[in-house]
Amino acid sequence: MQLARVTGAVVSTQKQENLRGAKLLLVQPVDANGRAHGVAVLAVDAAQAGTGDHVLLVLEGRAAATAVHRRGAPVDAAVVGIIDEVS
Amino acid sequence: MQLARVIGNVVCTVKDTSLYGHKLLFLQPLNPTRESVGHRLVAVDSVGAGVGEEVFFVRGREASFPFFPDKVATDANVVGIVDQWSHEPGPSER
Repeated sequence: MQLARVTGAVVSTQKQENLRGAKLLLVQPVDANGRAHGVAVLAVDAAQAGTGDHVLLVLEGRAAATAVHRRGAPVDAAVVGIIDEVS
Repeated sequence: MQLARVIGNVVCTVKDTSLYGHKLLFLQPLNPTRESVGHRLVAVDSVGAGVGEEVFFVRGREASFPFFPDKVATDANVVGIVDQWSHEPGPSER
């Protein structure tokens, strides 16, 4: 899993049917000091996260699909937790 | 998943039989400020996207899931057309 920050949300009416109802977040991976690194990704939300939250991000298909309770959903990233603090 | 813009169609007459009937799109990945990032790639289409549209795509094994139980030899799949997105970068992301 990775540390990340939610920078926005994506609205998509026309999407693959296994993604129907899923909330899609724009997520920027960050380091422990909150500095951005790497490319922003689109992740499904399994933690009721919102813009500005620091979150836990999984970047693997099976874990992501499990998090949103959709076996066979074409997802490769999911927000699975909201981070309170990193020490 | 990642954001991208559809910049073209790819036509392939000779291809793996599992790809028969699948539309191939040429994609330019985008960052949240709509700048091009990374290498262009070819993806199959499962939502009916066309040239000029902003979409999101999934990479890897999951790319063939929309066609289950068929197995399709692809590593990228356009799974949604984007209407709009919001983006509020933090201080280190500007």
